[in-house]
Amino acid sequence: MSEGIHVATTVNGDAVEYVCSPRETLLDVLRNRLGLTGAKEGCGTGDCGACSVTVDGRLVCSCLVLGAEADGREVTTVEGLSTGGKLHPLQTKFIEHAALQCGICTPGFLVSAKALLDRNPDPNEEEIRYALAGNLCRCTGYDKIVRAVSAAAKEIRNSNANR
Amino acid sequence: MQLSASLREFAGGAASVTVEATSIRELLRKLIERFPRMQRRIDEGVAVSINGEIYRDDRNQQIPDGAEVFLLPRIQGG
Amino acid sequence: MATDTTFTNQEFKIVGTRPPRPDGVDKVTGRARFGADASAAGQLVGLVLRSPHAHAKIKKIDTSKAEKLKGVKAVVTSADLPDLTKGDRGMFDMLENCMARDRALYDGHAVAAVAAIDAETARQALKLIKVDYEVLPHVTDVDEAMKPNAPIVQPYIRTAGIEPKPTKASNVAQKSEFGHGDVEAGFKQADVIVERSYKTEQTHQGYIEPHACLASVGPDGQGELWVTTQGHFTFRNVCAGLLGMDIAKLKVTSSEIGGGFGGKTHVWAEPVALALSRKANRPVKLVMTREEVFRATGPTCSTSIDVKIGATKDGRITAATATLRYQDGAFTSIWGMLGAMTSFACYDLANVKSIGYDVLVNRPKVAAYRAPSAPMAAFAVESTMDLLAAELKMDPIDLRIRNAAKEGTRASYGPTYGPIGIGPTLQAAKNHPHMKAPLGKNQGRGMACGFWFNFGGQTCTDLNIGVDGTVSLTVGTVDVGGSRASLSLIAAEELGIPYDRIKCTIADTASLGHNDTTEGSRGTFSSGMATIFAARNAIQVLKARAAKMWDIDVADVDWKNGRAVALRAEHGNLNELTLGEIAAKSPQTGGPIAGHNETVADGAGVSFATHICDIEVDPETGKTKILRYTVIQDAGKAIHPDYVEGQFQGAAAQGIGWALNEEYIYGTDGRLQNAGFLDYRIPVCSDLPFIDTQILEIPNPGHPYGVRGVGETSIVPPLAAIANALSNAAGVRMTHIPMSPPRVLKAIKNGRH
Repeated sequence: MSEGIHVATTVNGDAVEYVCSPRETLLDVLRNRLGLTGAKEGCGTGDCGACSVTVDGRLVCSCLVLGAEADGREVTTVEGLSTGGKLHPLQTKFIEHAALQCGICTPGFLVSAKALLDRNPDPNEEEIRYALAGNLCRCTGYDKIVRAVSAAAKEIRNSNANR
Repeated sequence: MQLSASLREFAGGAASVTVEATSIRELLRKLIERFPRMQRRIDEGVAVSINGEIYRDDRNQQIPDGAEVFLLPRIQGG
Repeated sequence: MATDTTFTNQEFKIVGTRPPRPDGVDKVTGRARFGADASAAGQLVGLVLRSPHAHAKIKKIDTSKAEKLKGVKAVVTSADLPDLTKGDRGMFDMLENCMARDRALYDGHAVAAVAAIDAETARQALKLIKVDYEVLPHVTDVDEAMKPNAPIVQPYIRTAGIEPKPTKASNVAQKSEFGHGDVEAGFKQADVIVERSYKTEQTHQGYIEPHACLASVGPDGQGELWVTTQGHFTFRNVCAGLLGMDIAKLKVTSSEIGGGFGGKTHVWAEPVALALSRKANRPVKLVMTREEVFRATGPTCSTSIDVKIGATKDGRITAATATLRYQDGAFTSIWGMLGAMTSFACYDLANVKSIGYDVLVNRPKVAAYRAPSAPMAAFAVESTMDLLAAELKMDPIDLRIRNAAKEGTRASYGPTYGPIGIGPTLQAAKNHPHMKAPLGKNQGRGMACGFWFNFGGQTCTDLNIGVDGTVSLTVGTVDVGGSRASLSLIAAEELGIPYDRIKCTIADTASLGHNDTTEGSRGTFSSGMATIFAARNAIQVLKARAAKMWDIDVADVDWKNGRAVALRAEHGNLNELTLGEIAAKSPQTGGPIAGHNETVADGAGVSFATHICDIEVDPETGKTKILRYTVIQDAGKAIHPDYVEGQFQGAAAQGIGWALNEEYIYGTDGRLQNAGFLDYRIPVCSDLPFIDTQILEIPNPGHPYGVRGVGETSIVPPLAAIANALSNAAGVRMTHIPMSPPRVLKAIKNGRH
């Protein structure tokens, strides 16, 4: 008798259904069942933030969320950040400011940074640093990441002001 | 040529040895001819410094006349 | 000449600018594929069973129940990895480290592995493997391991480098000595002598991506390996050797790498994955957990170091000695020797002696961590230099400047230096605005300098020109931090075409000749050099094709700004031919146009950095906060300045974590207590300020563009710069790294200056 759980959810705006085991994390489901390998497993214990996604707009470590918990909710991953070939300002600024070296932590940072800017469109340096403190980076020392987030925030504010 | 301390025991304790050679390959070959026990150490890995520039791999490297030559353990990075 | 490596001091059009990197979009959209991001049809999940004992005899392994579990397709032990190493100790150690043979040598040492249809089944299978251990006494501390009655880790070891030759087994694998002059006489000349002992704890490179691979071996002995690695060609050679496969029949593809810093220069579980796949005849995906990464890959050494420096009243050092004890883990290596080589490399000394010991303990096999062994030695020496400066009532930077190595100095590790950059980095530090920033209560400033070798090595590059004039640049050095951007800049500069007409790819092992591992700061240096020569070869072909198209002598064709130009007045009516135009006609003028280069790049030279740090300490809690940090390093020529800055900042950040918080904590049972990111806490965004960088460009005479390696050197000064700053802030000398809050409080309480 199968112990699989049937889940109907929305991922990056698309309706998605899958069957997963009760033990599977949302991270496992995204990567292994849905082929969305943008979210990474860096630690499996919620300490590194490389698996960051949002569930109903709330920033979470997908390694600490069960696949079954996504039922009836809206999940957004790094793959959902750009729309129709147009990169999100965070994505363009990360490239412009060389805010990535190896790039393994980048998806997590982008999701976390977006969650920050969604609730605080004009964060100062300290606010950015504390909001991103749950995402580990070993390559950059965070300097260019903070600058990129600041620059993206400014660009988003300007384009909103111009509407 | 100079030998770093860990290699001196294979040259009978000498810190400095005179060898005539125009390339690293020739240098090492003559060294081993004179001190056969050096073979093992050289196989395990050595680097050759010529006038301060360290060469790890290229045995073709030429040695200019009167150059300062130093035989070192083979170093690696990370 | 096309392969002349001499620096040419040319003016650059594109090199030195900051265009976007070619792999940027893939990495910000989640499209880029790292080690765990590949899958194959029918793949199995591989998991490794690891010893829970620091040291134990393995009397028996019973895998029968695991093999019978439904869904398990293969179980391997050392019996499935026979010894094919033919007396090559280095390869045997790698084999034994991948899978224990008759003894488990550290907590986490692999003893068996399984491949099953899913993770749950694999986990159950591990639980069904019965290992009969006989627990042996263990030793994990480097000084304890040197004591006469310490448990012996490797019974075959007889200490090398001492006379008379020992007959008894020891944990001291080797003693190395470097130096020149007469230190006893030198100390007699000194007016002031400072002597101190230091300790540094073990740290891990801490890359965010765990080791991962997808291995597939068929019954015909051919195989494929997708793996996160710093050197896929080296991995191929080692895996083929350990498994008895032909090198050409094992194709290794490097995934994008999520950090390495030296920790991914060696194989860990990859031979095991291949052995599982071979036995199951199905692809096996083996991904390490974070806990396994900490317990069973290659951290750096913990050390115990004594330094003594003497100087005359005017600040000139007369003698310096260092005794350095480094633990290599359970397998012998060269780390203590490297520490001894780098200790005094920054200085011009008449009398110097450094002695390094490589010591074995029951800990994982140490691997390189970015300028391996140098940071610890620099911590000890640079801390002592500050103590000396205080005794002499001299400014710390002035003491360094007074004794800095320069061209013509006999290095403490032997050879004489050519032109080097330590003087300029010290002067730049002295003049930097950071030095004049005001300091408040409980705040202190420290500086330190650091040295590292940089390497060249075997390199191959292909440059192929498409019929539309765009260029495929194929290299073999894994891109750890953005080198594809720099290499594209170099190709664009040489060919004279726009940067975005170049696409740089890292080839798999079947598509290119051997390339050495990306370590030793060699990626941009070596592949950059090979790219220059490959481009110049391609230009020769382009000129010959233009000559054909114009029907003139190739000697009359020049290459300028991306175009063939006909020289001589009689050809004045010939319009220039762009690269694109020549490429479009290539099918009719002789076929595909390409340039290649196989070389052993050398002449990377040595590099120096000086760091300045301001720190604030809370004397009640021992907590510290880095207020300001400046990195000054000589890059020779910064091809893409953003990525050079990135190397400086990243290395500094690792050094900050190492100095203030990171350490492996072993229990009395010899087990690692903090194998996770919660308790092995690396710096987070809120811990650090912006990190200022100053790139000096003193050209390397051995490279056409003057490039020096940059990736490693800036991990060398931080331990010392921060210790000096913290010692000034707290009013007490710090001698034990990391300087975590409990250690800081203890030092303040005991109060030795």
